[in-house]
This record gives sequence, structure tokens and C-alpha cells, in this order.
Amino acid sequence: MSQAPATEFQTSFVLNGTPVTRRVSVRQHLVDFLREEMGLTGSHTACEHGVCGACTLRVDGEIVRGCLMLAVQANGRKVDTIEGLSDSGELAALQSAFHERNALQCGFCTPGMLMAALDLVKNRPEATRAQIRTHLSGNYCRCTGYHAIVDAVEAVLEAQREGAKR
Amino acid sequence: MKAASFAYARPDSLGEALALLERHGEAARVLAGGQSLLASLNMRLSSPELLVDVTGLKELSGIRVQGDALHIGALTRHCEIERSAKVAQHVPLLAQAVPHVAHVAIRNAGTLGGSIALADPAAEYPACALALEATLVIAGPRGERRVAARDFFRGLYSTALEPQELLLAAEFPLLEPGYRSAFLELARRHGDYAIVGVAAHARVEGGRLCDLRLAYLGVGATAVRADRAAAAIEGKACGPQTVAAAQAALGEDLDPLPDLYHSAATKLHLARVMTGRALAALVQ
Repeated sequence: MSQAPATEFQTSFVLNGTPVTRRVSVRQHLVDFLREEMGLTGSHTACEHGVCGACTLRVDGEIVRGCLMLAVQANGRKVDTIEGLSDSGELAALQSAFHERNALQCGFCTPGMLMAALDLVKNRPEATRAQIRTHLSGNYCRCTGYHAIVDAVEAVLEAQREGAKR
Repeated sequence: MKAASFAYARPDSLGEALALLERHGEAARVLAGGQSLLASLNMRLSSPELLVDVTGLKELSGIRVQGDALHIGALTRHCEIERSAKVAQHVPLLAQAVPHVAHVAIRNAGTLGGSIALADPAAEYPACALALEATLVIAGPRGERRVAARDFFRGLYSTALEPQELLLAAEFPLLEPGYRSAFLELARRHGDYAIVGVAAHARVEGGRLCDLRLAYLGVGATAVRADRAAAAIEGKACGPQTVAAAQAALGEDLDPLPDLYHSAATKLHLARVMTGRALAALVQ
């Protein structure tokens, strides 16, 4: 028999490689939990209804909307945030390409963009420019007009393909 | 915005889930992938007292051939449909439709069952279910029942599901030899809500379309079958005149609702254009 319905639940998951157990309010979505309870403010809350992509997280290796997942639903799963993937160096090539190509201005969308772009770089190394655009279509940027972002991701994919040839 | 307060339960068994739904009735909502439900909670468009998280129930998962149908568990995520060799082989219409479902991050969480149970009129799967004459498998306090797609979608966000019932699976007939499918969708930007979309399925015999089924999304309160348009070209070769006849007859099938950006007349026009493209794709 599972636990009776409640407004607070104990939740355990692996956050950026470290096990975490907390009692959470079930109405709290995962990004609010990360920002307010764990101090990880790199994942941004903006639209909070799944449209803008600023809250993109990686759960069990797949990108998801952090605002469309309750913290309690992270139970038993592996959650990676922009902080974890920055520290591990996994994002280094994309971060420097974004920097070099001016792929950010205000920077608000950047963590979500990087999470979505990393998913593409890891899983679809042959992606074309059109496929980059499709893959990033769930992430809004209100500054750059997207061209520079697509350029940066394309540069990383090309460098990765060059590296694979050698 | 933030969701209003609610209680949460994560039942371990189907029996427990059904008991919760029976006890709480309309005050409870089923939580699967949450990609529409949590958005509506955050926007405070709905405020259930209880969310019943069914993601732990094994009865709702898996894709398998069962008799002459492909049984797809309600918890199957869009990304799993996208990657499934069984879906590509046996129900290619779904494989064609799934890239149009929102964006990667949403396809990684949202489920087939969630989309069908919500019955958003701009969603892709209800139109596929109507075109392929799928069957919905439902569990409730009196056991299991099966409902044809044609009888399942009742109105705007309204289905044959009772508050105490749970969608277990959708069963799609296996692709038969000679049959082909096409799915086309028009949206302002990839992954946005469909302005109009069409699911088409037919047996193609030397350029002639037989047993043609057409179903549309984004044009009414529910996905809509267009049987008069299909009849106008049934058994005939697909050419400019027969396509024009089907496009003309579509006006008898569809009575589109305008949205914020498109009048009813524009929607009907666009549906006719998409029909021409879908019929061409079937015989290509």
C-alpha cells in the first residue's frame, strides 16, 4: 500500500551526482525546488507553463521542462542542472562557442539553450542546421534572433565531427 | 504562476489507483506525463484537490502486438513512440505524427494516454485514432471496457472517460498490405499548436485510393473525421479533378471554429490545401 494522499511528500533523488532527500510540498515544481530549497538558480523560471524552455533540466539523461515536473516526481531519478554540467566540463565546448559567437545578450535563456543544445550535440552529432533549429524550437530567446545560437551549436557539431575524423 | 495547493498520491497498483479515483471523483485528476496538466495547474486554469500519479503502474506501459492490433500503453511517452520500431512498422501514421507533438523536452515527458484522455482539439493522436479506427482500453470500478475512437471523443476536452475511470491503452489496427498513411500539420513554428492538421490512411491500388480515411485536427471542438470528402474520391484515381471534388466536399464535413489568428473560412481553406497535399502524399 502506498502512502495516503498528502500535501507533503518525502522525495529522494540524485542531484548533480549527489543524493538528496527532502520533504517537499507536492505543489512545488522541480525548478522552484532547485532554486528555492537547493540554491541552484541557474535554471530559470519564466513562463511556467512549458512554452519558453528557460527551465530546461536533464532527468535520467533526457531534457525536460523543469516547470512541468513536480519536485515529488523526481523521486528515484537522476537530475542534472546547468550548474552540474558546467562544473563537470560537459558543457565547456558549447559555453565557449556561445561566448565566441555572441550567442547570448541578456543571458536569461542561455542555461536552457545550453541544456537543449547539449542534448543535440550528444545524441545527434550529424544534425544539420535545420535540425539544430528544430531541436531548439522549444527554447525562446528574446535578444539574439537565434542565428548566433544556431551558429554556435553548428560550430561545436562541426568541431566534434572534425575531431571524430582524426 | 504557481499551482494552488493540492494533495498527491502515488498508487502502487491499478486497484489502488482506481479506488482513489472512485473515492475522490471529479475532485481528482490523473497525473501521467503532466505536460498539459501541470501547465494548467500553474496557470490556475484548474485546481483539483488530488493528483493521482499513475506513472508507477506497469499495466499502463509497453508497446506490443496483440492479435491484429498494436497495443500501446497509456504511459508510453512521445519520444518512445518516435523511437519504436514496432510503431514505425505497424502504425506508421503515429510515427509520422509524433515529430509534430510539441518540442523535444516535452516529448520526453508527455504520454500517448495523456494526450488522448485530455482530447485537446489541436492534438495529433486523437486524429490518428479516428483515422485508423483505434480502440481505447479503459479500466474502471466495474472492470475493463473498450471504446471505439469514434465514440470516445465527445466534445472540447471531453471524452467517454468517467471521473472514476483510467485510460489503460490505445490499440491501433496493424498496417495491412497495400495501405499507406500520411500526416501533415500546419503550425506557425515547429512544435506550436496546430492551425490545422490532417491524418490520412488508405489502400493505394495503382494510383486509386480505396478505404480512404481522413481525420482533421485544429478545426473543431474535437478531432473530426471527414467521411464525405473521403467518399468523393473513394475508389478513384488521385488527380486534379478528384482531389478538387474531395476538397469541395470537405466543406460539408468541417465547420471550423475560428481561433485568435484564423477565421473559420481561413481554416477551411487551409484544411482543403492540406487535404490536397495529404492525398498526393498517399499516392506518391
